[in-house]
Amino acid sequence: MSSFKRNLQEILKYPSAIAGSLIILALVIVAGIVITTIPYSEAIRLWRGGEDVWYANPQYAPPAWINYFRSEKLPVSFALDSFESDGEQVVTTFEDVDGTTSRTNITYTFDFQADVVPQEISLYFDATYESKQPFASILWVTPDGREIRIGDFGVDKQRTYRLSQDEKLKRRLGGVPPMDGLFADPNSESGKPLKGTYQLLIESVAFEPGSTLHAEFVFFGQVYGLAGTDHQRRDLTLPLLYGVPIALAFGLLAALGTSIMTMIIAAIGAWYGGWVDELIQRITEVNLVLPFLSILIMVGTFYSRSIWTILGVTVLLSIFTGGIKGFRAIFLQVKESAYIEAARAYGSSDTRVIFKYLIPRMIPLLIPGLVSSVPAFVFLEASLAILGLGDPVLPTWGKIINDAQTNAALYKGLYYWVLEPAVLLMITGLGFAMLGFALDRIFNPRLRGI
Amino acid sequence: MTDKQRDVLLSIQDLHVWFELRRFGFGHAGYVKAVDGVTFDLHFGETIAIVGESGCGKTSLMRTILGLNKPTKGKVVFEDLDVGALRGEALRQYRAKIGYVQQDPFGALAPFMNVQQILEEPLRINGVKDAQERERRVRKVMEEVKLTPVDDFLHKYPHMLSGGQQQRVVIARAIILEPQLVVADEPVSMLDASVRVEILKLLRGLQEKYHMAVIYITHDLSTVRYFSERVFVMYAGNVVEKAPVNSIVHNPKHPYTAALMDATSDPDANNALTFRELPPGEPPSLVNPPPGCRFHPRCPKRIENLCEVEEPYDLPADDHLVACWLYK
Amino acid sequence: MSKDTLLRIEDLVLHFKTQKGSVRAVDGVFFELAHKEAVVVLGESGCGKSSLAKAILRLLPRNIDKYTGKIYLEGDEIMGMEDEDYRQNVRWVRMSLVPQAAMNALNPVLKVGDQVAEPMMIHHGVKKEEALVQAAKMFQHVGVPVDFLDRYAFELSGGMRQRVAIAMSLVTAPALVILDEPTSALDVLTQANIFNVLKRLKQELEVSFVLITHDIATSSELADRVAVMYAGQIVEVSDAHRFFAEPLHPYSRMLMASVPRLRANTEPEFITGQPPSLLDPPKGCRFADRCPKRFAKCSEEPPVVNVDGIQVKCWLYTS
Repeated sequence: MSSFKRNLQEILKYPSAIAGSLIILALVIVAGIVITTIPYSEAIRLWRGGEDVWYANPQYAPPAWINYFRSEKLPVSFALDSFESDGEQVVTTFEDVDGTTSRTNITYTFDFQADVVPQEISLYFDATYESKQPFASILWVTPDGREIRIGDFGVDKQRTYRLSQDEKLKRRLGGVPPMDGLFADPNSESGKPLKGTYQLLIESVAFEPGSTLHAEFVFFGQVYGLAGTDHQRRDLTLPLLYGVPIALAFGLLAALGTSIMTMIIAAIGAWYGGWVDELIQRITEVNLVLPFLSILIMVGTFYSRSIWTILGVTVLLSIFTGGIKGFRAIFLQVKESAYIEAARAYGSSDTRVIFKYLIPRMIPLLIPGLVSSVPAFVFLEASLAILGLGDPVLPTWGKIINDAQTNAALYKGLYYWVLEPAVLLMITGLGFAMLGFALDRIFNPRLRGI
Repeated sequence: MTDKQRDVLLSIQDLHVWFELRRFGFGHAGYVKAVDGVTFDLHFGETIAIVGESGCGKTSLMRTILGLNKPTKGKVVFEDLDVGALRGEALRQYRAKIGYVQQDPFGALAPFMNVQQILEEPLRINGVKDAQERERRVRKVMEEVKLTPVDDFLHKYPHMLSGGQQQRVVIARAIILEPQLVVADEPVSMLDASVRVEILKLLRGLQEKYHMAVIYITHDLSTVRYFSERVFVMYAGNVVEKAPVNSIVHNPKHPYTAALMDATSDPDANNALTFRELPPGEPPSLVNPPPGCRFHPRCPKRIENLCEVEEPYDLPADDHLVACWLYK
Repeated sequence: MSKDTLLRIEDLVLHFKTQKGSVRAVDGVFFELAHKEAVVVLGESGCGKSSLAKAILRLLPRNIDKYTGKIYLEGDEIMGMEDEDYRQNVRWVRMSLVPQAAMNALNPVLKVGDQVAEPMMIHHGVKKEEALVQAAKMFQHVGVPVDFLDRYAFELSGGMRQRVAIAMSLVTAPALVILDEPTSALDVLTQANIFNVLKRLKQELEVSFVLITHDIATSSELADRVAVMYAGQIVEVSDAHRFFAEPLHPYSRMLMASVPRLRANTEPEFITGQPPSLLDPPKGCRFADRCPKRFAKCSEEPPVVNVDGIQVKCWLYTS
């Protein structure tokens, strides 16, 4: 394939082609990793999971890295588990008192350097016992050594204790919301929280042999992770990452399907001529005046919003468009080539002429068009999702924007929620567009030398 | 004539090839009478030249022989096949029996295939399934057309070859199925003078070696004598003169043939000193050709009240057949 | 330079820049042409003869690498002229061009009469009516019926269109017309007709021609002098009578021998091998590889030798 090599060498002469290829390559690698590490069923389970899966995340939290751009630092979310005693952040001690009674002491230590109090702190207990509940008392130690008793209670088999919803604690803190009270700096006028190392101590007593207590400490900060979270506490990295393979698959399949079908149908029409050609031309003209998006919206509303249905309808509606006229015009020229006449003279059948002689001639023109049309389809899928017609099960970029929109993200100032998927959409579009333009220069002889 | 003793390979019988003209895509607006009553026989291993200007119908005649056009009237009989009656698979198989060398070698080669792929195509299409067998035959035919060393050319694409080399590939493709008839349509008119002779000699050598019949179509009388045994001169859809090559060169009978000869230059500085005698006007429209002899409006030897009235038929004159009333 | 010299070209060079390097399309061209004379530039495809026409008329693309030499037109050196001066006073005023395939390059939506009149209006600033009168005169000279002035190109036959293109080159009464393959796509009778027209024009209008062609046989219809071009260079400049009787340069000889003849019984011979690439032509004589008479000296650049008035670039003729 020396011509392939030649084309490749020529591609490398265009910086935009290199940049575009790198972007696409990066996207493909990400898509590959995502697909292999998060299986499809797992992704869907996580995406539809809701509170059970995502209880440990804050709601509406921007990504953690926005702190780099803020003077007032926001607390980062984290969780500490009593099973994972490491002697530093979590210290869990177990002491058997007399064979029946036992003590479990858990100390969570964390450094707090933010300028804003967290959304919430919760403790998720689960205990094992026959009839007598273990009893826990919880103590809060501030960096300046003050000790605040938070509460004492028997622990059910499953219990969630949310500090900020404890009315008794609120009263004990003098009527201020518990988060403000617990992090308050007694010497500060500004009401800024006190920075330093905080500790939360759980001292529990179990009254049965074999009875245990496990507690997870979850600190719901104001920011979370790489991408932030949405209204359902879902980590946005999941749909952002999973959106890559879906967007690529949809865009490439739609572009490939459309281009190839268009080309084959145009070739058939141009080769046979007569009523076949007439029919294809008339279908195209009718299809050109049909409102494309409206039909898709109707299909999405009344029939199915499955991405495969939408893909199929998109391809079907995109086949009979201007492209078919353009291809046909060129095929009509190629059809008259001497080499096609020669092929017929040595006995080629019609199908062979179409697929072996007409279509390969068109491939150089097809490739740039195909690459350039990918972004349009990626955006189309996103647009449909934004309009609420996206596939209901799949985590996609469009879905994120759709969620953001219904939750008034921009109104609430949660820009990250819209910007993250939008930036990815733009990068994808840019990558394919840059490569497409360069390929057009290389393959389209009319643009050569410009 | 010894020709008569040979078996007939191709027989053209009163062939008419008309193309319908349509008005606005529907209404009938007449016919382009590209070939209008042509009759001749071609024997095994014989070479003939068909000479004529553009628009005289020689290309339509050739395409009909190749099975690419349908006869409107009359017959093309190849061995025992009535070509006009063939359809579908039978027609496809018939086409493969005739080699075809085209005018523009670059256009005749698919630009996205290399030499090996181009030459294998006829073999693939006509049922040579074994890849080694195909390669063996490709190599053999490349040796025949002197595309050597073969390995240097096998993987080249057409644009990497010179015009002469491209035409050799076209010739190789035409003979790879070992046809009994090769149609060569102006095979050298796009080539440089120094290469022309080389290609014509190559074709001639192959023709003699494999005893192929060749129809050589050209507008250039000066190359005819190096290539063919008989010459047919076409004018406005008719064959006006059929003659052995040596005789026609020295003694053209039809006034049109004579005019063609007069107009053909040999390199001679004295050419610049005189004006050439040429028939006035231009060839007639094939939609509405003049009545009687089609050359009569331009003919210097026109016989009044005859040539413009009655269509001449083949009349013998020495060893020529001439469609001209002068020889009645 | 004699008084009668119309055009004199000395060491004309035109190289093009391409991705693969410099293409030496014209690489040392020289010849002289007198008033009312026709010189034929003979060469095979790819020898640079079309580039030569562009170089003489300064119709250059943008990718010029080197463009040097001297061109004297009626004694005036025109290579040194400013572009604007050249455009106004030389091109189409003192010399014009019938480009290759000119008959297919006529504007399909303009009447042919208007197209022929246009150079008059541009270069001589005359009104359309006057220009059309001049165009009608030219139509008579080239043998196109005057009522064809109002026709469109597609209504004319190939031969008629070619005559129109010739009329267009002559309407401003230039002293010199360059014809680039004027008959290559035409039929035999039409070709002969066009040559009749050109011969008559030479007598009636006292115009000179540079005929650039690959067709040796038909070139003899017009030639007073012959210049043979090979791989960008002129290898022989000769008088037509002597050239067609017996050329001197081995390439010219072989080229003549390759022409099939209608009226003689000689068997034509072909030249083996191919001309060198203009990207990287060999040192010394460029024909040496294919030449049957080559000897040691041929690896050096041959001089132009004057043999009884015939200029030939070959070591064989150095005494």
